[in-house]
Amino acid sequence: MSSTITLPENPPPLKAQSKNLDFYYSDFKALKSVSMPVYEHKVTALIGPSGCGKSTYLRCYNRMHDLYPGNRYVGEISLLPDAVNLLAREVDPIEVRMRISMVFQKPNPFPKSIFENVAYGLRVRNERSRSFLEDRVEAALRGAALWDEVRDRLDEAGSNLSGGQQQRLCIARALATDPEIILFDEPTSALDPIATGAIEELISELKKKVTILIVTHNMQQAARVSDYTAYMYLGELVEYGDTKDIFMKPRRRETEDYITGRFG
Amino acid sequence: MSDKHLSTQFDAELSGISNRVLEMGGLVESQVAQGIHALRHLSVETAEQVLKQEERVNRMEVEIDRDLTGIIARRQPTARDLRLLIAVHKTIANLERVGDEAARVARIVQRLVANGMSSRLPTFDLGVEADLAIAQLRKALDAFARLDTARALEVLKQDDQIDREFEGLLRKLITYMMEDPRTISASIDLVFVAKAIERVGDHAKNLAEAIIYVVKGTDVRHVSLEAVENAVR
Repeated sequence: MSSTITLPENPPPLKAQSKNLDFYYSDFKALKSVSMPVYEHKVTALIGPSGCGKSTYLRCYNRMHDLYPGNRYVGEISLLPDAVNLLAREVDPIEVRMRISMVFQKPNPFPKSIFENVAYGLRVRNERSRSFLEDRVEAALRGAALWDEVRDRLDEAGSNLSGGQQQRLCIARALATDPEIILFDEPTSALDPIATGAIEELISELKKKVTILIVTHNMQQAARVSDYTAYMYLGELVEYGDTKDIFMKPRRRETEDYITGRFG
Repeated sequence: MSDKHLSTQFDAELSGISNRVLEMGGLVESQVAQGIHALRHLSVETAEQVLKQEERVNRMEVEIDRDLTGIIARRQPTARDLRLLIAVHKTIANLERVGDEAARVARIVQRLVANGMSSRLPTFDLGVEADLAIAQLRKALDAFARLDTARALEVLKQDDQIDREFEGLLRKLITYMMEDPRTISASIDLVFVAKAIERVGDHAKNLAEAIIYVVKGTDVRHVSLEAVENAVR
């Protein structure tokens, strides 16, 4: 089965693209030749039923799968403008994660203060200047729309914050290293509607500066926040296109059945 | 292909609203037929009935619209479900206007009878135009019930028959008026009737366009017939 990919008429600049990307969890082939563009300063949503490979695809972008032996990438993910293949052996995954950071399903603040949570990536990079760190932490917290709520309590534990605030703290942590792409893996599935709204609002704000890839189970969320949508099923990319088209007039029957709730 | 949603309730809501649209369509279709019957037989009683039905049609429009808003709010439909609901919204507005046209004919019949219309005027020819319009409306509703684009396309193709009929009537009525100025008042009323019937045909055409939108996702308003044929193919 081949993918139905509808590229925009006037495509924005590319930030990354996967080319014939296969991924294996040992013998299990979880991604089958996924080729897809990721446009700069746009939000690309990945949707599909559980087990379709959308999170697996997302995690390839910051080499998250390297952590387990037996995992194997085939094909490439090219990051632009330097066209470096993120999956190449000689590319250091730590460096990849500085450029491409990730926000997870459940807020996972480190058992540290709010300040140290955000400064963590910079410390990994051996940044020591206190004033530099302070500036960057403030900028990241502002970028994550959290600064006003925590400016007077930066030394408190990150875990003291509410769920929605913790997730914004994780976004601030992701922002602190000044990444080019942020990966969101179902970032609001553990949040209430108000906190969800705040994160979605933040995503549309963030895309002015970074490129965003988001995995979501919530189709309406994909419709609300994304510019482009990719529907995946059984490890394959079924359809990729402008979000409006995918939700109004998808080209593939499979996509339509899924988004209209006919998938069974 | 699976036609059913995971939510059977959603299926029931969608088919429920489609059925209500067809019910409303059946009602306005009979309203138009009765309006024409009233004209042919100059029957004030039938005209009265048409006007009574108008209230029911208006109520149906409001009710269907309310249900429609409810489904959109609760189900957040996408793709063809969304297109269906948008089409329903447009269709009921068109059907309500068909009802208005029927009521217009009924009111003209009342006036003609009150003024003692001459039986020489060509009400028979109006009947021909009306039969075409009613057939178009029925065909469009039929196509809606089956989401049948081929039938919808036929409706679009046949619309100019009604237009030609309308132009022919107009010429005929002008001749009457020139020959006998006493018929001017009644002839003008018949021009209004002919125009109302021609509008019914236009509404049937709008319905047909909405059906093609539901099935194919292509907006075929204001495009050439060839473009519509390509979209349906």
